[in-house]
Amino acid sequence: MSDVRFLLTGDTSISVEFGNEINIEINAKIRAFNIALEQSGIPGIVETVPTYRSLMVHYDPGVILYDDLVKAMKGLLGSLDKIQIPPSSVLEVPVLYGGEAGPDLDFVAEHAGKTAEEVIKIHTSTEYLIYMLGFTPGFTYLGGMDESIATPRLKQPRVKIPAGSVGIAGSQTGVYPIDSPGGWQLIGQTPVRMYDPNRAEPILPKAGEYIKFYPITKAEFDEIAAQEAAGTYTYKRHPRGEATT
Amino acid sequence: MSVTVLNPGLLTTVQDMGRVGYQQFGVSVSGVMDPRAASIANILVGNEEGEAVLECTMMGPQLRFDVPNCIAITGGDLGPTLDGAPIPNYAAVSVQAGQVLRFTAPKTGCRCFIAFAGGLDIPVVMGSRSTYLKAKIGGLEGRKLQKDDVIGFRDPKTQLKNMNDRNLYPEFVPRAVYTVRVVMGPQDDAFTQKGIQTFLKETYTVTPEFDRMGCRLEGAVIEHIQSGDIISDGIAFGAIQVPSSGQPIIMLADRQTTGGYTKIANVITADFRILGQLKGGDKVRFEKVSIAHAQDALLTQRAALRLLRKSVDR
Repeated sequence: MSDVRFLLTGDTSISVEFGNEINIEINAKIRAFNIALEQSGIPGIVETVPTYRSLMVHYDPGVILYDDLVKAMKGLLGSLDKIQIPPSSVLEVPVLYGGEAGPDLDFVAEHAGKTAEEVIKIHTSTEYLIYMLGFTPGFTYLGGMDESIATPRLKQPRVKIPAGSVGIAGSQTGVYPIDSPGGWQLIGQTPVRMYDPNRAEPILPKAGEYIKFYPITKAEFDEIAAQEAAGTYTYKRHPRGEATT
Repeated sequence: MSVTVLNPGLLTTVQDMGRVGYQQFGVSVSGVMDPRAASIANILVGNEEGEAVLECTMMGPQLRFDVPNCIAITGGDLGPTLDGAPIPNYAAVSVQAGQVLRFTAPKTGCRCFIAFAGGLDIPVVMGSRSTYLKAKIGGLEGRKLQKDDVIGFRDPKTQLKNMNDRNLYPEFVPRAVYTVRVVMGPQDDAFTQKGIQTFLKETYTVTPEFDRMGCRLEGAVIEHIQSGDIISDGIAFGAIQVPSSGQPIIMLADRQTTGGYTKIANVITADFRILGQLKGGDKVRFEKVSIAHAQDALLTQRAALRLLRKSVDR
């Protein structure tokens, strides 16, 4: 762990940097360190923010000063291997593919030289690691999409993309958590609210867990959407490595 | 038990100390642009420091009080008047029912903060009353104030004890060039020696591209070793982002939680009170300090606030 760097990000936060690239090993170290920090009881930690390369640790210098916090965190690094890391969970996200919900599905299929059904099969066959969230509330940076369905962004971004839209941009895939402009190729839409400020758990996806998409029909979409509106929908999660529901 | 908005002003929003704990989910912190000024306003009217206030930008609002309450206005001097008569900044003022608070024109700074004794009746969303304009949450339906809005008081006070002591000298002093202290990092190693020297020696001008998310500066190009792009990491309040153009951007209250540009340095918390008051055309230079210096300055500021609290609430 000698390659870990403690970078100054002002006087109330520190960026603990584990590497300078996007890969699963770095992500696993960041997750382990975040858990270790949480369990450590080091006083004065306000919140932590995992990113591709680092864990940003916000703290209150009225409780712990920079030098003391760095010393305490260096102490944690030595025992990182001994931390019990719970298995990642998999968030299951139902998607209505194609049609009005996914107006670019046919283009993506054509670009990949496959049928729409094949694109759906590939898109739903992977568990995507959530490296981090950012950009807007609940926007996930996912890794692991099959390169065979990678598609360039739209040349002309759409002015408004409805919340829940599932898209592809280059070799990235993801869900738009709120209505926003954007240039992703839209292949479907989920009725599940990734973000709802008035819910006890305002944002569903967490950094370090996985997302798995599964196809649903229009009737199922409408049913889940109605349950979401009524607040009765139960979100589906399972520990990684166990069978999906 | 409320004020009615007769005119919303340019950009008036409800803000407290921000939405803490949700950055890991991509939720911006938001909150006041000048936390120290807002804290002082709250202390002057007997509130907790983190109570929600109205943050007003350049052209302040017109507010009619439907019940009496005590208020304090801090930050920049936007020319507050009560029924047409000027009232002091940085002082608790008691307002009668029917009176109208107006702002004539900005005299110093860019933003002022109005604290209302007993706090505002605004729902808490994800732990905060702060307005987060981009995600449309917090404050009044996640937006800036508009005409005919009615903002309730939770526990208005017609009088406060020690009224004559509830004032202090306005803190914000306009300067020809503002010196803003910074600690270097997290990506200062992405710049050439010359780039770092440019950053610390040259004077930068605040451009009109200045909102609650960030403040774009213009001046000598800050030279990168390779490029201004990085694999995304976290962004703190006051981070000075330098994209490949070499022109710095100071990241502020509504900043995105993560970003992919090099950050050469970070403004120290004790100097956020300058950032919140900058406006287009202002000149800024940066002074490098140590982390120990920065944290000393912050703790000294906090101690002063505790002293103020003691003297007015004794």
